[in-house]
Amino acid sequence: METNVINTPIDPKQIPGWGVDADPKNDPTYPMRTRMNVGQDPDSKHRPTLQHDDTEKLRSIERPNVSAVYGTTVPPSGLSGMIRRVAFHYSENRYRHWLPLVLADRVNVVEGIIDDLIHGTVPNIYAEKGYPVEWKHNRTSLILKLATVAALAAGTVVLLSSGDKKPAKRKGYQRGYNAL
Amino acid sequence: MLAMDYRGPKRVRAVQKPMPEIKHPQDSIVKVLRTCICGSDLHLYNGNVPDTRVGTTFGHEFVGEVVEVGSEVTKVKVGDRVLVPFNIACGECHFCRQGMFGNCHESNTEATAVGAIFGYSHTAGGYDGGQAEYARVPYSNVGPTIIPEGMDLDDAVLLTDVVPTGYQAAEMAGIQTGDTVVVFGAGPVGIMAARCAWLFGAGRVIIIDKEEYRLEFARNYSYCEAYNFEEIGDPVVFIKKITDWIGADCVIDAVGAEAAGNAMQTITGRKLLLQAGSATAVHWAINSVKKGGVVSIVGVYGPTDNLIPIGNVLNKGLTIRANQASVKRLLPRLIQHVQNGTLNPKGLITHRIPLAEVADGYRMFSAKLDNCIKPVLIP
Repeated sequence: METNVINTPIDPKQIPGWGVDADPKNDPTYPMRTRMNVGQDPDSKHRPTLQHDDTEKLRSIERPNVSAVYGTTVPPSGLSGMIRRVAFHYSENRYRHWLPLVLADRVNVVEGIIDDLIHGTVPNIYAEKGYPVEWKHNRTSLILKLATVAALAAGTVVLLSSGDKKPAKRKGYQRGYNAL
Repeated sequence: MLAMDYRGPKRVRAVQKPMPEIKHPQDSIVKVLRTCICGSDLHLYNGNVPDTRVGTTFGHEFVGEVVEVGSEVTKVKVGDRVLVPFNIACGECHFCRQGMFGNCHESNTEATAVGAIFGYSHTAGGYDGGQAEYARVPYSNVGPTIIPEGMDLDDAVLLTDVVPTGYQAAEMAGIQTGDTVVVFGAGPVGIMAARCAWLFGAGRVIIIDKEEYRLEFARNYSYCEAYNFEEIGDPVVFIKKITDWIGADCVIDAVGAEAAGNAMQTITGRKLLLQAGSATAVHWAINSVKKGGVVSIVGVYGPTDNLIPIGNVLNKGLTIRANQASVKRLLPRLIQHVQNGTLNPKGLITHRIPLAEVADGYRMFSAKLDNCIKPVLIP
């Protein structure tokens, strides 16, 4: 458990600002110590002006209405959008809500690439992953990473292509067995 | 306008996007002058937050100049330079009225367990963020705060999240004069939490991480002890040993879902996504705090489940306090601290990166390249 780091003891009172916000009354329930229930706070029933917008928004079933203001970016679309709509049939308390959303996110990545290609853009994945800066500052790690990916890809190709030959081998063996 | 564009896990780019529009009478449009990449953006970047849609612009730490206002906006005007808290808050709902501006109920339709946050997935409201040349800022009578005369923009941009989150972490820890405070995580928020722990009268502040350059930075910036958990053996036993086998009075989790240090947590939480992130830091926090102590959580986790020793919380009589920082509530005090020199937020900034090179910025911060502590994007 020995450590070689240097940690010089310090007198806290020498540190700028030491203790200026010390608050003996900062009990562990703050800020709930000033809490109100809704009955004590009738003004909280007042709602801000409501946003009106035709953008499709998905609403948690744990609330009765759409919030007064909401985001309008990237409305659900395509297959991922269909999955997201299904997810919102379930509450935030259910895996049936969150796991489809994670699945939709992954589907959405593929949709994004297809969308790029449709619009004539070939994604520059090397740049999008920030590999140029990793090449500059952490070249060995990047080379190892890319080599691992290449090896895995090559291994997969070899495995798949050898998979085509296996049935033939088995056939041959069976033939031989039968011949005996 | 130029804006960051999410394309999938670990893939982002800068592209031209349409200008944001006023969608609500209390909206304003802000021309972004500084914007940061936050440690919690890395959860999005790594694809760990459900409902993070391709095409989203991230960024919840930004400052800028108001260029357009909606018909109900009275608190800011065109030309004002504002810092924009990362939470989107109406200021009128039951929660905002109690100072819980991070838990607003009138800004997020898609989830009730989280308020709305700029550029932080549809689970956090589906708003575009500030890693762009312009941003839509809802509820502009509540959130945007005019940057005081003479305040450096680099200080101001860190008042949108890092400083209030670090400060609230220390506040929630309920620090009493002389307390020993342990902070897990020497990222920008952890470093700020360690610095702020002194403001509440801590007697000893200890920070734990595995990146030596960050520990060295924390020693100097936060005046704290700093230890590398890869060198001290079991960090819980280490903390017990250096606290006379009692445990720390308060422990802060400033790591969240990307924590390293426990293979099972890493595999199930980060690689297989069977948990809402790796809960290593909160696990260590619960086990290293003293009986009756306080665990303060500001590290961000996903919305599903995590493996933590809840039985120990009961048996040790612990108090766990956690929340997204209520930036609006804390700003007046924190602005004072910056103006009188008690806090030096811009001292955290290590890299300035053009917005056009946002992919490099994310990779640099994520992979901790070039001793990166805090990167700022310049539109």
